[in-house]
Amino acid sequence: MGIAIKFAKSHEWIRPEDSGASATIGISSYAVEALTDLVFMQLPQIGRHVKAGESIGEIESVKAVSDLYAPVSGEIVEVNASLPDNLEILGSDPFGAGWVLKIRMSNPEELDVLLDQTAYDVLVSGQGH
Amino acid sequence: MADQFLTTPLNQWHTSHGGRMVEFAGWLMPVQYTSIVDEHVATRTACGLFDVSHMGRLEIDGPGARQWLESMLTRRVVDMELGVVRYTLITNDHSEILDDALVSCESIPSSQSQRFGLVVNASNRARVVQWMLTRMPDAGVRLIDRTLESAMIAVQGPLAVHLVADHISAHFRETLMALKPYRFLRAELLDIPASFSRTGYTGEDGFEIIVPANRATEVWESLYSKAHQKGLRACGLGARDTLRLEAAMPLYGHELKEITNPFAAGLSLAVDLEGRTFPGSNRLAACRDHRDHVEGTVRVGLRFDSKRPAREGHEVFFENTRIGTVTSGSFAPSLGYAVAMANLSLETSKVGTTVEVLVRNNRETAHVVPLPFYRRKK
Repeated sequence: MGIAIKFAKSHEWIRPEDSGASATIGISSYAVEALTDLVFMQLPQIGRHVKAGESIGEIESVKAVSDLYAPVSGEIVEVNASLPDNLEILGSDPFGAGWVLKIRMSNPEELDVLLDQTAYDVLVSGQGH
Repeated sequence: MADQFLTTPLNQWHTSHGGRMVEFAGWLMPVQYTSIVDEHVATRTACGLFDVSHMGRLEIDGPGARQWLESMLTRRVVDMELGVVRYTLITNDHSEILDDALVSCESIPSSQSQRFGLVVNASNRARVVQWMLTRMPDAGVRLIDRTLESAMIAVQGPLAVHLVADHISAHFRETLMALKPYRFLRAELLDIPASFSRTGYTGEDGFEIIVPANRATEVWESLYSKAHQKGLRACGLGARDTLRLEAAMPLYGHELKEITNPFAAGLSLAVDLEGRTFPGSNRLAACRDHRDHVEGTVRVGLRFDSKRPAREGHEVFFENTRIGTVTSGSFAPSLGYAVAMANLSLETSKVGTTVEVLVRNNRETAHVVPLPFYRRKK
């Protein structure tokens, strides 16, 4: 856990692994609580190359569908295949067992423009409902 | 931001109890308090309390009220007895559907003074009032919009009837509990003048209660506190929509639009053409007599293999041919899978037909099933 967790404004979190080459991506607890009533999730294909900001999946609640965006560019190397059948894990352990996918970063410097924990907390405190 | 929208008399209660407020038809309304699924399940298993004060409440009175409404609505009004409620459409001369509504009769047919209530959709209230005023006779009828001076609370679910009855004086309690579906009664709730209609939009038993705006919070809080321990929940528009979808009740703007043929939409019971004349009745008679040729579609239910909901506008295919469009769709909390209502071409609308629905570039398999999706156990 050498490198700190970062957040995208679109509420994905990303945690680089110690090597710095790849990272785990998930959905923030704030976003899961705001969505409520999750019923469906679509994960991307392993091996797909994506650019930062590109849609890499969908998460759907009873009321609405939201896109999941890649916080950084790279290749999808792993997905949490059991997650779509166990969406409650997103709520109960969003930063652990509720991880969504792993990406091999093609440009790790993109992490620099993402929000750190403090900045993200400020962002969501202004979006309270 | 809030002051550009209308708010119901219960707005303060909603915001102080976690209601997520959204704009709906010009009103600020709670879409949910906790979770749509929790509120939905509470209504099916215990009781749901819904603020539906945004619905338009019109009063039509005067000696000519009965005959005038008879000439305006798709349902027969002349024979309505005191306390009867009917589901009707409001059409214009081109037989376009301006709204669907509940009309209730507050006077016996032989009475000199006549009074009726008309509950219309929030989104259509202004144009319905405008349309009706253009057809109002010079004398003998008044139309008063009571929406802003009253509140409407729906109490729905297996506990609803007893809960409401517990708030009524002993004198009226038996009558209220014995009230049949599509009947209403005026009585006092606590000491508040109220009307109780044995109707709803959830597929559950219960009442829709109209009370004066300045007493709404008292009524709401009394109902809420008496049954919260037993599982009653305040419910938002989100659960209201999933509940009505499971019960296959049409929603104006989705299953029902200006151009909808009511006979194709499964709403033939909402149109009584027998010996009657009302705006667009000739054209509706033609729709009925040639229903297979008019639009060639019919409203059906779709059951999906997956939980992924199709939404309004998604296209339906049978063996790669486009056969129709989804009008409403959602995950169905009582059923555990996604359902939708759709308009499909007649030839491919039989129960048991397997179709595909294009849900954002994914083809989802669905099966035509009978409506409603959910029917409560009596």
